[in-house]
Amino acid sequence: MTVPSNAQRLWMFEQMLVSRYLEESIERIYMEGKTPVFNMANGPIPGEMHLSNGQEPCAVGVCAHLNAEDIVTATHRPHHIAVAKGVHLNEMVAEIFGKKTGLSGGRGGHMHLFDARVNFSCSGIIAEGMGPAVGAALSRQLQGKPGVAVAFIGEGAANQGAFHETLNLAALWKLPVVFVIEDNAWGISVAKQASTAIERNYLRAAAYGMPGVFVPGNDAEAIFAAASDAIERARAGGGPSLIEIETSRLAGHFMGDGEQYRPAGEKEALQAKDPIPAYRQRLLELGVLDERAAEAIAARARGRVEEAVLFARESPYPAPEEALDCVFV
Amino acid sequence: MSSPVKQRKLTVARAMAEAVAQEMRLDPRVFVMGEDIGPLGGVFGNTRGLHEEFGGARVRDTPISETAFIGAAVGAASDGMRPIVELMFVDFFGVCMDAIYNLMAKNTYFSGGKVRVPMVLMASTGAGYSDAGQHSQCLYATFAHLPGMKVVVPSNAYDAKGLMTAAIRDDNPVIFLFHKALQGMGWLGTEKGATVAVPEEPYCLEIGKAKTVREGSDVSIVSLGVGVHHALRAAQQLEKDGVSAEVIDLRSLVPLDREHVIASVRKTGRLIVVDEDYHSFGVSGEIIASVVEHDIGMLKARPQRVAFPDIPIPFTPVMEQWALPNAEKIVAAYQQMHEEQSR
Repeated sequence: MTVPSNAQRLWMFEQMLVSRYLEESIERIYMEGKTPVFNMANGPIPGEMHLSNGQEPCAVGVCAHLNAEDIVTATHRPHHIAVAKGVHLNEMVAEIFGKKTGLSGGRGGHMHLFDARVNFSCSGIIAEGMGPAVGAALSRQLQGKPGVAVAFIGEGAANQGAFHETLNLAALWKLPVVFVIEDNAWGISVAKQASTAIERNYLRAAAYGMPGVFVPGNDAEAIFAAASDAIERARAGGGPSLIEIETSRLAGHFMGDGEQYRPAGEKEALQAKDPIPAYRQRLLELGVLDERAAEAIAARARGRVEEAVLFARESPYPAPEEALDCVFV
Repeated sequence: MSSPVKQRKLTVARAMAEAVAQEMRLDPRVFVMGEDIGPLGGVFGNTRGLHEEFGGARVRDTPISETAFIGAAVGAASDGMRPIVELMFVDFFGVCMDAIYNLMAKNTYFSGGKVRVPMVLMASTGAGYSDAGQHSQCLYATFAHLPGMKVVVPSNAYDAKGLMTAAIRDDNPVIFLFHKALQGMGWLGTEKGATVAVPEEPYCLEIGKAKTVREGSDVSIVSLGVGVHHALRAAQQLEKDGVSAEVIDLRSLVPLDREHVIASVRKTGRLIVVDEDYHSFGVSGEIIASVVEHDIGMLKARPQRVAFPDIPIPFTPVMEQWALPNAEKIVAAYQQMHEEQSR
C-alpha cells in the first residue's frame, strides 16, 4: 500500500480544511436574506447549494496524485474536489456569488465551475462528467501527451446509462482514466439500498474488464493508496480503473433539505466520524503535526477562505446584458 | 461558382468525406468517431476512404453508445482536439441529447468563453423511403432552438464540402445535418441536383449565410436541404404560368440569415417556406415570424408554409408521400396566395 509522504499528508490535511471552512462559510452566507422565510432565490448566494462536508478525503486522496495538466470532471457537489484540484479559490467563490470576477463571470454558478488552467470542470447532471473525462483521456492518448483524467461521480451515477457506456468505452480503448465513486449512501432522499441492485458498485468494474477497488472508512490515506495504484496504472498505459469510496454526506442533499428521510441518529453518528478531526488526530499521533503546526495550518486555511469570501463580496456583479456574451467564441 | 466546361461532380457523401480528409491531412487534431464510420465508410457514405488513409486511431468505430462517444467528443474538443462525430440517424438523439445540449452546447457559455468545444456532430436526416418514424425525421428546429450550437443543412455537394470545412475549422460546436435523399447512395433514391461540381482544393462557406439559388420577383420560396430541390421544381412549374419565383437556400439555421430572407421578401412581397421538419414550432414559423416582425407591410399576401404535418412519420408509402412536402404542394400554396389576393 502506497503511503503518502509527510508533505503529502500535510497538503491533504490543509486542503480538507480549506474545503471545510469554505463550506462552513457558504452555509452561513447562504442563509443571509433567507430568514425568516426561506426562498432559494434570495441572498448573496442564491440557487441550489450542495455542500461537500464529510467528502473531503475523496478529493484530497485522489488529487494528491494529480498535476495541473491532469483532467478532473466533478459533480453537482464539487467544492472539495475543486479545492483539491487547485481551482482558483477567489474566482471560484466569486462565481458561487454570481460575480463578474467569477470563473465564468457569473454564468455558471456553483454547479458549473470551469477552470481550464487546472483542467477542472463540473456539471449538474448525474454521470454527465464521465463522457468528457473519457474524451479528454482519448485526447491525451491520441496526442501522446501526458495526463490522466479522473471522473468523480456519486454512487447514484452507477445506475445511469452513461456509467456503463463510458466504462465500456474506456476499457475498450484502454484510456488513461480513473472513475471515482463517492458513495455517500444517499441519492437525495433515496437510500442506496433502495436504488441499487448490488451492495458494492466496485464489482461492476468486472463487467468491463477493469480493476475495481472498494475503499471503506472515508480515510484519506486509504483513498490515497487506492488512487495511487489506479493513476499509476493509467499513466503507464494500463487503462482505466474504478474506485468506490465509502464516504459520508454530513449536510443535506442541498441547503434547505430537512433531511427527514435520515434514520434517527444517523447524522450524529456520521458527525462523530467526521474525517477531518480524525485525520488531525492521526497526524498528531504520527508526529507529523504538533498542536502549534496544526493551528498554523488551520489559520492559513481559514485565511484563504476569508480572503476568497471578501474578494467575492467586494466584486461587482456583471452587467445584466453580459448574459448575451460567450454563447459562441 | 464559375463553370468551366469539364468540372468534377461529386455526391454530397463524397464531398463530405473529401472535406474531412483534407482537414485531417492539414490538422492532426481532427479525428472521426461514430458507428460504422470506419472500414464501412459510414452507412451513408460520408466517411468512405478515411479509415484506409488515416487508420483506426483517427477514424474509429465506436460501440453503440452515443452518450459515451458524444460526451467523449466534448471532452476531447475541450482538451484541444477537433473531433467529428456521427450520430447515424438524427432520430437517435433521444439517447444522447444530454451530451449534446447540456454539455456540447453549454460548456463555452458556462466557462465564460474560456473553454472551446470545436466539434462537428453530423447526422443523417430525412424521409421518403419508408423507414418510418424513428429513422426519417429532420429535427432541424430542435437543435436550432437550443442555444450554443451552430446548425448547418446543405442542399448540395458544393455547399456540403464548404460547410463541412468551415464546421471543422470553427471553434464552436456545429451540427451538420445531411439529408439521405441527397447523399448519392446507390440504395437510396438521390436528388440529381445535389450532385454538383466541387472544386478539389479545400474551401470554406461562411456559416450563417443563405444563398439565392434562383432569382425571381413574384414570390420568395425559402427552404433548406432537400426542400430547396422541391422549391426549384416548383419554380420551374410556376414559370410556365408566368410566375417568377425566387428560391432561397438557407444553408444554415444557426446563425440564421434573416436579412437575406427579408431582402428577398421586400422584393417579391410573397413568402412560402418549405420544410420537411414538422409544421409547428419550427423553421417555417421562425422564418415567417422573422419577416413579419421586421415589417408586416412588405407582405402582399398571407405567408404560406409547406411542412411535414404534426404527425409521426408513417411507414406506408401512400401515407408518407402524401405527408411530405413536394413541388406540387408549393405550387398549390402559391395559387392559394394568388386566389386570396385576387378576391
